[in-house]
Amino acid sequence: MARRFQPQMATGNDLLEGDVVYFTSRGEWSREIGDAALALNPEAADDLLARASAFPNQVVGVYLVEAAIDDEGRAAPAHFREVFRTRGPSNYPQHGRQAERSDV
Amino acid sequence: MYDYSDFDSAFVRERVAEFRDQVERRISGALTEAEFLPLRLRNGLYLQLHAYMLRVAIPYGTLTARKLRQLAYIAERWDKGYGHFTTRQNIQFNWPKLRDVPDILEALADVQMHSIQTSGNCVRNVTADHFAGAAADEIEDPRTTAELIRQWSTDHPEFSWLGRKFKIGISGAAHDRAVIRSHDIGLRIYRNEAGEVGYEVMVGGGLGRTPMIAKTVREFLPKADLLPYLEAILRTYNLLGRRDNKWKARLKILVHEAGIDTVRALVDEAFAERRAKMGPVNPALLAEIDAAFAAPVFEPEVPVPPLVGAGLRSWVDTNVSPHRVPHYAIVTVSLKPIGGTPGDVTAEQMRLLADIAEEYAHDELRISHEQNVVLPHVPRRNLVAIYDRLKQAGLATANFGLISDIISCPGMDYCSLATARSIPIAQGIAQAFADLDQQRDIGPLKIKISGCINACGHHHVGHIGILGLDKAGVENYQITLGGDGTETTAIGEKAGPGFAYDEVVPAVERLVGAYLDLRREPGETFIEAYRRLGAAPFRAALYPDEARSDAA
Ligand code: SF4
Repeated sequence: MARRFQPQMATGNDLLEGDVVYFTSRGEWSREIGDAALALNPEAADDLLARASAFPNQVVGVYLVEAAIDDEGRAAPAHFREVFRTRGPSNYPQHGRQAERSDV
Repeated sequence: MYDYSDFDSAFVRERVAEFRDQVERRISGALTEAEFLPLRLRNGLYLQLHAYMLRVAIPYGTLTARKLRQLAYIAERWDKGYGHFTTRQNIQFNWPKLRDVPDILEALADVQMHSIQTSGNCVRNVTADHFAGAAADEIEDPRTTAELIRQWSTDHPEFSWLGRKFKIGISGAAHDRAVIRSHDIGLRIYRNEAGEVGYEVMVGGGLGRTPMIAKTVREFLPKADLLPYLEAILRTYNLLGRRDNKWKARLKILVHEAGIDTVRALVDEAFAERRAKMGPVNPALLAEIDAAFAAPVFEPEVPVPPLVGAGLRSWVDTNVSPHRVPHYAIVTVSLKPIGGTPGDVTAEQMRLLADIAEEYAHDELRISHEQNVVLPHVPRRNLVAIYDRLKQAGLATANFGLISDIISCPGMDYCSLATARSIPIAQGIAQAFADLDQQRDIGPLKIKISGCINACGHHHVGHIGILGLDKAGVENYQITLGGDGTETTAIGEKAGPGFAYDEVVPAVERLVGAYLDLRREPGETFIEAYRRLGAAPFRAALYPDEARSDAA
């Protein structure tokens, strides 16, 4: 049986800073995972990737990641690699996104 | 002190200017990412999980105070105040911004350093023992041979297109500190029964996906024949190596499939022809390189004050190794503080190490593949002062070669190729065995951790090897036992099913507990006990439930 479709988000790294960024429903890039647009079916995912790929001089290495929706309806990456990307290195809590975020 | 001749200042400056222009064109959009990617990789700039990473070469792991201070300056000015020493004798900066990289490269060039990567299918940088030129058990400084090979292989027309990358490791001492049997070609310098110095030549080693131990292809090769013989090996490989499959085209696969006797016969044939054409290695060139690596002028022996204080004494016992000059010593500065990140060093610590090297140790430092800093030439009278200074900076951890002296690659805390984290596993193990007296009781024990199959953490040759994998979306760790990276090289055997992230530290604790119960006497090390008893009792400790159900 085919696996059920998982919601997807588009992510990449900022060309200048290298920071992890997410593509928003407003059609911009954001450092906030909470801003990430969700694609809920395969066609929407293709479309999301195409729209996110239209900023080749701002964001590099664009790809889709699976999202999991928590009880409060917030989206977070499903895979641990992507969860780490929302935070930063676990050996230095003062570095990376986790240093600025209060919710991790 | 070797002023390495490969540092062609004009060439490096030109490359920096070129890269500055490329970065500008990338930012303006004149270059696409696809065009820019190979250019930045050639300059050691990678995009990791959270940021860019700049990898800087440290040839033969050798640094001076001036260079180390410049690395400290770069860490503070353009990064987050620290650097990471890798298992390939590089330093990595984890947070550079794209716009700043040309300035960083400029700052490196100011002290004759660069981040230019020898990438692609060529002869990669030749690695040598980090105690080179200092070790008491050394026959000859291996860096002379390493440099000879580097000069010969650079831009060699025949070898600019090899099937795969090619690594050479050299040891000039009785004890192998350079893991030479894990290289495509390993060279061991030794003196034969007739008193001549030459090489034992080994081929076909490698870690990574298909780990293999190099086999001896030539028992004794006279020094003068080195280059023709190496050419013969490369030529044989070029003719026979399988190029149809990226994973298979390594020399190790060729040796494995054709057999060492076949390879030897082919190499000998090619060698006869090469030797006739090339003639022996030019002794004048060798002498010139030798002189470039000459040891400092050693100071005369003076009375050494007694070592008082338990902390100092155990540090000297653990972290100080014999030097070929009896009133000198080799100091290993551990970059493995309990709970710290293996191989990480702050800018402040770099400056302190630079000061120490300058004041007390003939201005020379080395970076070991085990991610520690080595002061190769220390007059014994300076040990007390060095210890005191290190201690103030949190750099006097007396754990060299012990269970908390763990090799760990960056893993999924930084590396975009990683399948799991490695640093927190290393931290957890070190914390579980934080008591240094207990560590000394456990004795020499090498734990090596990689965050993916690429094996940068050399897990295959750890007495206990740990490999982080992604098992159906969850971190999972495979433990291997009995690996060894010294002259008695062995690839560790997979112990059994993998462990979840939280289970790894308890599993290691059970292994060590079993060893302490099983050892014949305190002097029998973990690896000796493992060799005597085999894997079974250690497996039983790792998988107690299985052992119980077997017994039932
Ligand atoms: S072993 Fe894998 S995870 Fe670790 S540094 Fe190498 S490529 Fe990255």
